[in-house]
Amino acid sequence: MIRKFAVGTAALASMAGAPAMAQDIAVKLGVLNDRSGVYADLSGEGSVVAARMAVEDFGAAEKGMNVEIISADHQNKPDVGSNIARQWFDVDNVNAILDVPTSSVALAVSDITAEKNGVMINSGAGSTSLTREQCHPTTVHWTYDTAALATGTGKAMTLAGGDKWFFLTADYAFGHSLEENTARVVEENGGEVVGQVNVPFPATDFSSFLLQAQGSGADVIGLANAGGDTVNAIKQASEFGITEAGQSLAALLFFVTDVHALGAETAQGLSLTEAFYWDQTDETRAWSERFMEIHGAQPTMVQAGVYSGTMAYLAAVEAVGSAEDGAAVVAKMKDTDIEDPLFGTVSIRGDGRAIHDMYLFEVKSPDESENEWDLYSQVSSITGEEAFLPMLEECDFTKQ
Amino acid sequence: MAMTDTGTEPVAEATGMPTLHKAIFVVLLAALIVLPFFVYPVFAMKVMCFALFAAAFNLLLGFGGLLSFGHAAYFGGASYIAAHAAKVWGLTPELAVLCGTVAAGVLGLVIGSLAIRRQGIYFAMVTLAFAQMVYFVALQAEFTGGEDGIQSVPRGDLFGLFPLAGNMALYFFVLVITFGGILLLYRIVHSPFGQVLKAIRENEPRAVSLGYDVNRYKLIVFTLSATMAGLAGATKSQVFQLASLTDVHWSMSGEVVLMTLLGGMGTTFGPLVGAGVIVTMQNYLATFGAWVTIIQGVIFVIGVLMFREGIVGVLSRWLKRPL
Amino acid sequence: MFELLGIPPQVLMGQLLLGLINGSFYAVLSLGLAVIFGLLNIINFAHGALYMAAAFVAWMLLNYLGIGYWPALIVAPLIVGAFGILLERTMLSRLYHLDHLYGLLLTFGLALIIQGLFRNYYGISGLAYQIPDALSGGQNLGFMFLPNYRAWVIVASILVCFGTWFVIEKTRLGAFLRAATENPVLVGAFGVNVPVMIMLTYGFGVALAGFAGVLAAPIYSVNPTMGEQLIIVVFAVVVIGGMGSIMGAILTGYMLGIVEGLTRVFYPEGSAVVIFVIMAIVLMFKPEGLFGRPA
Repeated sequence: MIRKFAVGTAALASMAGAPAMAQDIAVKLGVLNDRSGVYADLSGEGSVVAARMAVEDFGAAEKGMNVEIISADHQNKPDVGSNIARQWFDVDNVNAILDVPTSSVALAVSDITAEKNGVMINSGAGSTSLTREQCHPTTVHWTYDTAALATGTGKAMTLAGGDKWFFLTADYAFGHSLEENTARVVEENGGEVVGQVNVPFPATDFSSFLLQAQGSGADVIGLANAGGDTVNAIKQASEFGITEAGQSLAALLFFVTDVHALGAETAQGLSLTEAFYWDQTDETRAWSERFMEIHGAQPTMVQAGVYSGTMAYLAAVEAVGSAEDGAAVVAKMKDTDIEDPLFGTVSIRGDGRAIHDMYLFEVKSPDESENEWDLYSQVSSITGEEAFLPMLEECDFTKQ
Repeated sequence: MAMTDTGTEPVAEATGMPTLHKAIFVVLLAALIVLPFFVYPVFAMKVMCFALFAAAFNLLLGFGGLLSFGHAAYFGGASYIAAHAAKVWGLTPELAVLCGTVAAGVLGLVIGSLAIRRQGIYFAMVTLAFAQMVYFVALQAEFTGGEDGIQSVPRGDLFGLFPLAGNMALYFFVLVITFGGILLLYRIVHSPFGQVLKAIRENEPRAVSLGYDVNRYKLIVFTLSATMAGLAGATKSQVFQLASLTDVHWSMSGEVVLMTLLGGMGTTFGPLVGAGVIVTMQNYLATFGAWVTIIQGVIFVIGVLMFREGIVGVLSRWLKRPL
Repeated sequence: MFELLGIPPQVLMGQLLLGLINGSFYAVLSLGLAVIFGLLNIINFAHGALYMAAAFVAWMLLNYLGIGYWPALIVAPLIVGAFGILLERTMLSRLYHLDHLYGLLLTFGLALIIQGLFRNYYGISGLAYQIPDALSGGQNLGFMFLPNYRAWVIVASILVCFGTWFVIEKTRLGAFLRAATENPVLVGAFGVNVPVMIMLTYGFGVALAGFAGVLAAPIYSVNPTMGEQLIIVVFAVVVIGGMGSIMGAILTGYMLGIVEGLTRVFYPEGSAVVIFVIMAIVLMFKPEGLFGRPA
């Protein structure tokens, strides 16, 4: 640690002797996500790649901005994540924290970010609390949340004939939030929730709970969980003949990397809602091809969100002239609509919620799929206004 | 069950703390006072809290001869209570820490009274079972927030007067608590009570035949150990403004065993060194992900095979003085 | 028909059967632990990591050497058992003269190393291992659809468990083993090579864990944390059954699988903790375990 102090002093001294670059706006970005656990594939190193692509495409160097990117693994633990965030702000001069999947960590980090007047551009987490119960003028929630997912899959499947729902809910805040939001949408559209079961999180064996779902007589089994839990549940549902017997599975939060891991054979026919898919428009295809070349896999909506969120952030920093005042930069991001190559038209609301279209997809069958990543066919799109929850008065920071 | 090598330990002197120990404590205090000016205070506070936790655990293991697999229950339990006290009841930091510590003490008393009925591995498994139940409660109960934990715990004003929001002010608060706690533990060990403990650890049937109520001594040391572990946990919650499931998970129980083993069971300064090494290692190797687990495993293995006395134990053997 | 606490009997039957399947894994794993502890006085914390390693070995055998499931059922446990013997020879044997809690700490450290290494190289998402063709599909039992593979798990575990019990309790080899743990010097004096026997016993106990690992590979995704989640539950099972009792470990394994299964129906959130509650109660009233002999 004394060494760190000495190195720091030496760096300072060397900078004093360097040619004057005072016009450069210094920006330091920290990509904080899961690099070794269950969410490493959907965020992880890919998000860092996305952030780097954003800095490059933005042309930061030409615009007189000196942007540095660091990254760390929060291991999906709020204590680890909040410690890293605090240290980043206190010691390492980070201005903006990016990604942060896992809602429990995201909530802790959002509070610390607000305290230190930094910025959090969250792409990975799903909790609606980020822009409601725990809203801050320093938070931007870019990619998705549990309400948007519920509106997509929940509504579509209920209207398609899935009247009766049974939920397998991962017994933690995110799982409950997903269940709550989806149940609301199901009931709003004429459906009925016939039962639910809380599954300890994380779990490997869903056989018992799937059996209960089967016994309930529901049309749709809603999987209110994510990542490995969902993959295992789907595999075991297939093993126990649940889908053959006529019930449908709704994967309420599912990423293209999960579908890829599961394989089109097992996953075919699954309905899911995402904010982005690599094969939607020419622009998404072009960007995703570049991403895939560097990272080796197609981007998930989380990684795409890191790219777009970073672009928007850098634009705001350029407009404000500095990255020091987090709240000011975020306020700038809310000023005008953004035309984003990956998400289309995005407008950031007063509470930090980024409003854009969401899309309902269906997983292709192995026959329809032309290559290992050709997994989705788009069924419909849902407008941002419809997908996301209305803004709370007290969270409208543009009016304060 | 004699797990500690006590070959170099002389009979307790009636003259109070040996000069060597006094000197070490003074130097340590001086270093800790200056430390926050060179090192990130939050990191230093983390080391101090874990040092106290390890020292409290060492009281039970090194001096009491009892291996508990569930010490995270007291550390984490106190953390939750203190966090709740500060955030929801609005108590000032010292009162919040007190609440957490008392809660840990009560929990230790209850669990301890049940656990000490068994010996050896069964004792350890009972402590583990109860710690798992505490974990379950932490997971399910409303006030603990599940895996969000209790977040945004306010850093209040000490005694209602001195704001602890800044890292430096908080640092000295933590320093007083942890250093005081460690001195208290030292005092307990080097007292008539500590002597009886040592007798029980070395030869329990003999202690019984001498008329000592062995179970009562075990319960007392268990409760004391749990209370001080609670003090460490409660303080930590104030520093990090967070109480989470990590604090009550069984891997936390495993970590404190590691710190004590590495530093030196049954030594005074061993747990402090062990905590320092482990926390520092976790901090600097965080970017290497799974390598931290591997290295911890290697330390366990090498420690058990070759350095059962731990770092300070080896040092103590060279110097031929107890440390 | 009658309903038990609001749950129809078909659902209950299904859950019992599922509990039996889980119990099979608990039984085989706790049998391995009980063999190692009961006969060698070693508390093998690395058991879960070795179970996981065997699942990976089975996967590697399939993907790198084209060796399928059926041979892997024998080969993987042999490989893992051999590795266990290596551990015993180089490290564990040095601790026999010490308090057996040191053995626990050592194996705990070994578990961390093994798990960390696999995590580093294979990530955490888990690898897929296909159910062998001969066992795919299932039977419709009326109250539930039972996949053939899961039925096989029950059958295989019962065969292995009772086979082991028979050897240890009813044969001469087993008698030698049991005698050697009580009085190694005397048995050695009779010309039996005690250290070799101990080594092979440890290897066998570990091989049992390996067998469970191969059984698990097709239905639980092969990932580095699969052992960690199981190990403390299996420990609880062994403690409840009685740490030295072979039959105790087997029966308790199945019983607790069923209890856990029932808890999943009536109080699913508690299914993770019910075994520890039982362990605490048993330890309070009958510390030697349900089937153990008082010390």
